[in-house]
Amino acid sequence: MDSIEVIKQGYFQECEELLLAMEEGLIAMDSGEADAETINAVFRAVHSIKGGGGAFGLTQLVGFAHGFETVLDNIRSGSLSPDPDCVKILLRAGDVLADYVNAARGGRALAGDYAADVVDGLAALAGGGAEEEELQEDPFTNMGFTPVTLDIDEPQADTRSGGWRIWFKPSGRLYAKANEPLLILRELASLGPTEVTSDISQIPPLDAFDPDDSHVGWTIVLNADVPRERVEEAFEFVHDDCELDIQPITAAVPEPLPFDEIPSSPPAATTPTVSAAVELSAKSDAAAAPGAPSPADAPKQTIRVDLDKVDRLVNLVGELVITQAMLSQSVSESGLARTSTVGNGLAELEHLLRELQEGVMAIRTQPVKSVFQRMPRLVRELSAQTQKQVHLVLEGETTEVDKTVIEKLGEPLTHMIRNAVDHGLEAPDDRVAAGKPAEGTVKLSAEHRGGRIVIEVSDDGRGINRTRVREKAVEKGLIPASAVLSDEELDNLIFKPGFSTAGQVSNISGRGVGMDVVRRSIMDLGGRIVISSNPGSGSRFSLTLPLTLAVLDGMVVAVGEQTFVLPLTHIVESLKPREQDIQPFGRDRTLLKVRDTYVPLVNVGALLGVAGADADPWCGVVILVESEGCGRLALAVDQILGQRQVVIKSFETNYRNIEGIAAATILGDGRVALILDVDGIVSRCRRQVGESNVQEIAATGTGP
Amino acid sequence: MGKTILTVDDSRTMRNMLMLALTGAGHTVVQADDGQHGVEVLAQHPDVEVIITDINMPRMDGYAFIEAVRREPGTRTTPILVLTTESEPAKKQRARDAGATGWIVKPFDTEKLVAAVRRVAP
Amino acid sequence: MSEMHNTINEARQQFITFLSDDQEYGANIMAIREIRGWTETTPLPHAPAYVRGVINLRGVVLPVIDLKARLGRELTATNPKHVIIVVDDGSRTFGVLVDAVSDILTARAGEIQQTPDLARDAQSDFVEGIVVMEQRMVTLLSMKMLALSFAGPAEAEAA
Repeated sequence: MDSIEVIKQGYFQECEELLLAMEEGLIAMDSGEADAETINAVFRAVHSIKGGGGAFGLTQLVGFAHGFETVLDNIRSGSLSPDPDCVKILLRAGDVLADYVNAARGGRALAGDYAADVVDGLAALAGGGAEEEELQEDPFTNMGFTPVTLDIDEPQADTRSGGWRIWFKPSGRLYAKANEPLLILRELASLGPTEVTSDISQIPPLDAFDPDDSHVGWTIVLNADVPRERVEEAFEFVHDDCELDIQPITAAVPEPLPFDEIPSSPPAATTPTVSAAVELSAKSDAAAAPGAPSPADAPKQTIRVDLDKVDRLVNLVGELVITQAMLSQSVSESGLARTSTVGNGLAELEHLLRELQEGVMAIRTQPVKSVFQRMPRLVRELSAQTQKQVHLVLEGETTEVDKTVIEKLGEPLTHMIRNAVDHGLEAPDDRVAAGKPAEGTVKLSAEHRGGRIVIEVSDDGRGINRTRVREKAVEKGLIPASAVLSDEELDNLIFKPGFSTAGQVSNISGRGVGMDVVRRSIMDLGGRIVISSNPGSGSRFSLTLPLTLAVLDGMVVAVGEQTFVLPLTHIVESLKPREQDIQPFGRDRTLLKVRDTYVPLVNVGALLGVAGADADPWCGVVILVESEGCGRLALAVDQILGQRQVVIKSFETNYRNIEGIAAATILGDGRVALILDVDGIVSRCRRQVGESNVQEIAATGTGP
Repeated sequence: MGKTILTVDDSRTMRNMLMLALTGAGHTVVQADDGQHGVEVLAQHPDVEVIITDINMPRMDGYAFIEAVRREPGTRTTPILVLTTESEPAKKQRARDAGATGWIVKPFDTEKLVAAVRRVAP
Repeated sequence: MSEMHNTINEARQQFITFLSDDQEYGANIMAIREIRGWTETTPLPHAPAYVRGVINLRGVVLPVIDLKARLGRELTATNPKHVIIVVDDGSRTFGVLVDAVSDILTARAGEIQQTPDLARDAQSDFVEGIVVMEQRMVTLLSMKMLALSFAGPAEAEAA
């Protein structure tokens, strides 16, 4: 790729950032929270996108951006006030601009009348400023080029002459702007032979001499056959800060040419009225800007790094942690006291490594904001398409998630929000009839909880219609007609493939295959999704995702011939059960009496098919854990081997996701141990019990 | 002969384009991403011979930046070129009133850019 | 036309050959990462019998497949002399348990014969062709197909 292409790619990346900033600002304007700096920021974003677009010849984009920018400029200068209708058009303009950027990025062109209504809307808003534009044109054409109009009358005399006679006397202002007459004279000299005479007659006596003012003028005779424009070009930057007169030297003078006196002060008369408005507002900008740079504006230094390099670093640090753990183990086994120099050194090493690990992991993480930021636009479109009023609340946008996870979150979240608006929320009239506000609320939030990331999509709509779900499930043969399911189980039926309760296939949510695909995507990420619903009040989807590479504090346990690790975050306590505390429950389940409550008991060895596992839970140890979806659980294992920090190793890339197993780790002896996933164990249990229930029913035709 | 040029623009794309064009012509480029940053960079680089600056920037815009440069004795006579667009003649005038030496119209033509630099710095 | 045909036939590929249950198999050398001695695996819950479990390869956790079992015969009774061939098929890195590694051979594309299509058996899915070398018959296996043994139902469907 050549340099221009590289810069162009960089431009599109920059556009992404600018579009985000623009949208943020517009949203602030929409909720009435925008100040002058916000409006400025929106203007600058559009201005920069337009600027770059011009450099790469993206005419469609530039054309649209120009209209948009003009309106924003008017708002920023105070000549247009951003009332709600105006902001609505601006929001749409923002969306259209994004469309143009994307089209340009993909090398496509949009229809000539694309978003014509938005273009018209912008033009109407800019209408008030049209006069200003015209006024601004005038001083431009009057800036010292009046001789041009004469040229038309006397073509031969001006363009083909024997040379030029130039009178040039700079004013003090010319020097103040760091212009250098010498350079101009040299430039003229480069056009052809010149004779320069200086006029020092105007130099005042010493006591009246102002060093900042200019008193010297020059007459330059340029004996070169060059067009007038070329001569004028040399004075391009200075023509209003000097006396300038350019006359052709001709062999024969057909008529005496009027000697135009160009006033030594520029025609500033026309400018003040126009620039006054600009000046006033700009002054307030200038006053605001240097005086109060908000901390958020301070540009953060960033560098771009290949993801490969980061991955290698992350792996290396993981190895370090394992080695340190092995070292600690060896040292403690060798009997060295914890308080010895070696022991202290090791403790310090462990501490430093933890910090290193956190730091390295933080490199790979990004705020979920980048995914969340697409949602407002989506909701705007959905709201328009479904004729429903929707208010989107975003929370926890700064929650950091591993980069690879973020990339894959977009689609499932989009789908869930679509569902929430399309199926969850009722039409405004229905809502009012139900005593709810006409505007529905959809909330998207993210937070760290217990070593995992929890993302929730909730709405205050109609909730899940369990009767219909049940009907549909029976219809599709997913459950037998006589099955008795809890509310929670009914709700989770919607994750079954092919399930859809939509009466008609809605254009927005597609064929209702959404939810099972969503769940699979989340599971592929090593996460879980759970739904809870309240008929009439709304629904909530909770996604839990693991932090991809992490160090886990775990309890190492033996089950049969194998060693497993249980995340400490889920563990409540461990205890030795007595035979009399164990109660069978129904056909396949067992309960454990813990003080005054009964808790489901899971024989881990049996559940996971581990060779050599104890069949009788009271021979071993029970670990009480807390799960996401179903409260407490008792896990029966053979013995507890210890507690240590382990490095999580994913095997999903090379294998696949296993229900009940979160990941693997490498123990001090180099062997692989599997890390249990408590929530996965719960669902695995349920599935097995459920399946055996179904089989039982199918076989005997009766319930359990 | 190559000059040391400071480019001040909040758009990364524009900075890259200027860098490409100017270094291609044999100049050395120092960058800043807004007026405030530009002031800081100038303080650290007394060897800057020409300044090219945009007008619309966060924190400190082009006008304020030019005025700041002109106030500072060391840079009072450093040539400053502003990047302007065709449709903003009032802004160009304002930049010049603030002390800009000359201007470059966006989107810029590399030749014109290089010529403008030559015109203000020997 | 025939010239081009010849050139394609002339293209040479290298294969590693290995023994499993007294038959000789081969795999394209580009997919082979390294050869390791047998180490005990950590079993995976409810995995098919031919998936022996996972091992630790310098910090990476790899699943190991028992070739003999996968091709329809019984599980290998492992001893330290057995070998794990570490394979990378582009999407997965995994280990294949074989009896021994024998050779590296070079074959021209023209020398690879299609398998006689009599009946489909347990190994048909994995066989890419047969090469005859010095009177030995080597059955070429597709590592990609082998890798799919690990795939979940969704991926297997998509493939």
